[in-house]
Amino acid sequence: MTTQADVLIVGGGGAGCSAALHLALRKVRCVLLERGLVGGQASGVNYGGVRQQGRHPAELPIARRAREIWGRLPALIGTNCEFEATGHLKLARNATEEADLVAYMEVAKAHDLPLRMIGRNAIHEAYSWLGPTIVAGSLAPDDGVANPRLLAPALARAARAAGAVIRENSAVAGLAHDGAQFTVQAAGETFRAPALLNVAGYWGGEVAAAFGEPVPVSPLSPNMLVTEPLPYVIEPNLGVVGGNVYLRQIRRGNVIFGGGRGESDPGRPAARPLPHVSLTGMNLALELVPHLAGAQVIRSWTGIDGEMPDHIPVIGPSRTTPGLLHAFGFSGHGFQLAPAIGAILSEILLDGRTDVPLEPFRIDRFGPQDPLHG
Amino acid sequence: MTDVAIVGAGPAGTRAAEVLVRAGLRPVVIDEAPDSGGRIYQRPPRGFTRTDKTLYGFEAAKARALHAAFDALRPHIEFRPETLVWNIRQNILFTSHAGDMGEVPFGHALLCTGATDRIVPLPGWTLPGVTSLGGSQIALKAQGCAIGHRVAFVGTGPLLWLVAYQYARAGATVAAVVDTTAFTTKLRAMPGLLRGGATFAKGFYYVGWLRAHGVPIIEGATPLAILGSEAVDGLRIRTSGSEQQIACDAVALGWGLKPETQLADLAGVPFAFNAAQRAFLPQQDASGATANPSIFLAGDGARIAGADVAELAGARGAWAIVAARGLAVDHGEVTRLDAALARHGAFRSALDAAFPFPARLAATMPDETILCRCESVTAGELRATARAGTTLPAAEVNRAKALSRIGMGRCQGRLCSPPAAEVLAAALACPLESVGRLRGQPPVKPIPIMPRSPGSAP
Amino acid sequence: MKLKRLAETARPVIAFVLDGQPASALAGDTLLTAILANSDHVRRSEFDGGNRAGFCWMGACQDCWVTVEGAGRQRACTTYIAADMRIVRS
Ligand SMILES: Cc1cc2nc3c(=O)[nH]c(=O)nc-3n(C[C@H](O)[C@H](O)[C@H](O)COP(=O)(O)OP(=O)(O)OC[C@H]3O[C@@H](n4cnc5c(N)ncnc54)[C@H](O)[C@@H]3O)c2cc1C
Ligand code: FES
Repeated sequence: MTTQADVLIVGGGGAGCSAALHLALRKVRCVLLERGLVGGQASGVNYGGVRQQGRHPAELPIARRAREIWGRLPALIGTNCEFEATGHLKLARNATEEADLVAYMEVAKAHDLPLRMIGRNAIHEAYSWLGPTIVAGSLAPDDGVANPRLLAPALARAARAAGAVIRENSAVAGLAHDGAQFTVQAAGETFRAPALLNVAGYWGGEVAAAFGEPVPVSPLSPNMLVTEPLPYVIEPNLGVVGGNVYLRQIRRGNVIFGGGRGESDPGRPAARPLPHVSLTGMNLALELVPHLAGAQVIRSWTGIDGEMPDHIPVIGPSRTTPGLLHAFGFSGHGFQLAPAIGAILSEILLDGRTDVPLEPFRIDRFGPQDPLHG
Repeated sequence: MTDVAIVGAGPAGTRAAEVLVRAGLRPVVIDEAPDSGGRIYQRPPRGFTRTDKTLYGFEAAKARALHAAFDALRPHIEFRPETLVWNIRQNILFTSHAGDMGEVPFGHALLCTGATDRIVPLPGWTLPGVTSLGGSQIALKAQGCAIGHRVAFVGTGPLLWLVAYQYARAGATVAAVVDTTAFTTKLRAMPGLLRGGATFAKGFYYVGWLRAHGVPIIEGATPLAILGSEAVDGLRIRTSGSEQQIACDAVALGWGLKPETQLADLAGVPFAFNAAQRAFLPQQDASGATANPSIFLAGDGARIAGADVAELAGARGAWAIVAARGLAVDHGEVTRLDAALARHGAFRSALDAAFPFPARLAATMPDETILCRCESVTAGELRATARAGTTLPAAEVNRAKALSRIGMGRCQGRLCSPPAAEVLAAALACPLESVGRLRGQPPVKPIPIMPRSPGSAP
Repeated sequence: MKLKRLAETARPVIAFVLDGQPASALAGDTLLTAILANSDHVRRSEFDGGNRAGFCWMGACQDCWVTVEGAGRQRACTTYIAADMRIVRS
């Protein structure tokens, strides 16, 4: 059986599901093909940070757009996915780190990102539970957190309601382009369309390679832990300069924190937290919030994102194949961006332009790659 | 050589250690409990005075023998009591002892992790005064307490009758024994059960004793709810169309046991659906060997078969490790073990048939029943994930977990996963096996956040 | 729920403190037994507010965690009572 569509979407993470939604809202016949379950990979298992502060300047225009969509998710998809603007507080543990925070104030200003410095005395007054090694912080009040387990399934539900075809348990193989149409095989069927979106997360590298554009993408598996529910006191989402630990508390009381990397086997795909990294993460979390001593960790996990050498994704048109658009390799911070990615991709496809600069995300920025080991 | 590790010092772990020591090895034996014996032969705390006969009844001689065997092994093994194995990766066990983290590297590990009660949640089951059947037995054996003044026992299986009998013998008031299995079902399984010989005779003895002592016995009943607002004040059941209320201040619930398979899962042992036990279970061969050449399984932690089989399986698994290490194997002994295990296997199948898991009771529990007691998720909330609401619907348990938080709490779905799978499969009108199983995640039980100097692990 | 002690009642009495109030237990009691010999619950569910008193007594259900001053969070059914322990319920 062959299904003809206007656009094929390979990958049902946040990026793919938001693309399906935005295309369907504009009456485009799109088919999303997901190997496992929608949100089953990075988009469904991440830390849930919805953060603009600290991003690479090139990413800020997309992050600003995404933040605007996060604020109106209920109108768009019928649920806020537990998004809450708790603020994101980035902490400095010494003078060098503090200088880093100060330097970023300029970047934030250039992109209209609300951000304010909090000095040593004020920070311990405002957040009495912070550990003594913290010397300063910068607070982005519009940043926050959301429940990653809900975003992709909710975007997909809304996309389906708007007319998109969402196919789970449909691994894509046999990717081909005949000059006019893409053809792929999935779940024993053939799908054809003049446009194809490569939003396959880490595996976006394989899709790009199939069209002669290998890129140096590697698997990234942030190591995550969660505690039993504790009295709710930590309101802002916490990060540190350097990023070796991040921590947030949900209103139910559980403290979610991460730091370091787990291990993964993208081929199966499977990912696991590493015991030593988990124990080190506990130490780092204790330094931020000493009252966590004695609390119990009830679960740990990780996932697989694609990481690019310069830590920003590939977004934009293929250089080899007309009608092919990429958006993958979000390098550990694509959850916040997801709602905007679909909007941007649909604009490029349907309007031939978008209002965020995509030059820094070009797929050919890494130079020629060994086609076998991209 | 200490690079054989045994997790669990119950009947399986003890007999395994014995074989390994005989073969010239010095295994590390790790158990969460302060002493050996496992669940069934759990030793009472120091200072307790009841006799083995009082504590273990018909099983007193076996308990004594097992304890003596372990005590004799002590100089030849490395015993780590009060130690949780919280993770397993490649060939290292990760341990927590009073919050101190350690590592035990191994060449071969035998997982003898035992079992916990298999539960069907009822409305009211989170009330103080409700325990698992196994819990009610531990209260009596290890703490000298009854869980209440008038205790109702609800569920099915041999343990139901045994514990009710033990309570009555110890002077507790047994309000009723409510067996969800109809007498006719048990009757049909009779020929197979007779193969159990002594085991089956004991079961008859308990039932007879309880009847003779005027304990109300209700078979083929449907428990509807545990009543009470702050504490238990009754139990409502249905028998052949009519409802009835039983006055009690405590209820023990249990429908047989389920294996503790979390470590096998983390060790990468493949699982397969077992229709008789209505669960995904780790796959192993008759010797306990698995697809992971370093990992062996024995006892109830692999397949529920009871203490006698666990002793045999522990010894058998240990011989498999001895063979894997190229040491001398006592083939006569292995043949004897294999034959004994095969005999028990037939009896076990009859038990499964005689005391089936009440899948319907689980699948039809009222929407307001708290299904996951850790996260307070109701059956209705789980059922809602099977329908498209604000997200795509859940066609299997892991997405149902992601959407509803079922199984996301402190116990990681130990208690709620079997009934949750039944509820979800019924809501989706699909076979139980197609909703899959919850993936295991470390730590298998909670571990504390404590200040630790890097590399402080021994 | 009140436990009914049926046996092993000749053990030494141990004094401890439950939520700031003096309480007593017997040597060899777990925290779960000690608390339920004095009171009707062990903890409160964070989510439905209901009283809980453990369930499995074997360290499986995790529905019996309490705070012991100076020792952090402890699982009541697998921790033994000691003289002058100060237990705080959630
Ligand atoms: C543990 C962790 C913590 C993180 N924390 C944060 C955070 O706090 N904030 C933040 O902004 N970001 C965070 N991230 C990053 C963020 O989750 C990812 O950048 C983002 O979800 C990537 O979305 P995606 O759609 O590109 O990829 P994915 O969610 O991985 O989706 C790609 C999909 O493509 C499918 N696929 C691949 N190949 C095929 C094929 N051949 N056929 C069909 N389907 C295919 C996959 O199955 C997958 O579902 C974290 C990531 C991880 C792993
Ligand atoms: S009562 Fe179940 S863990 Fe303590």
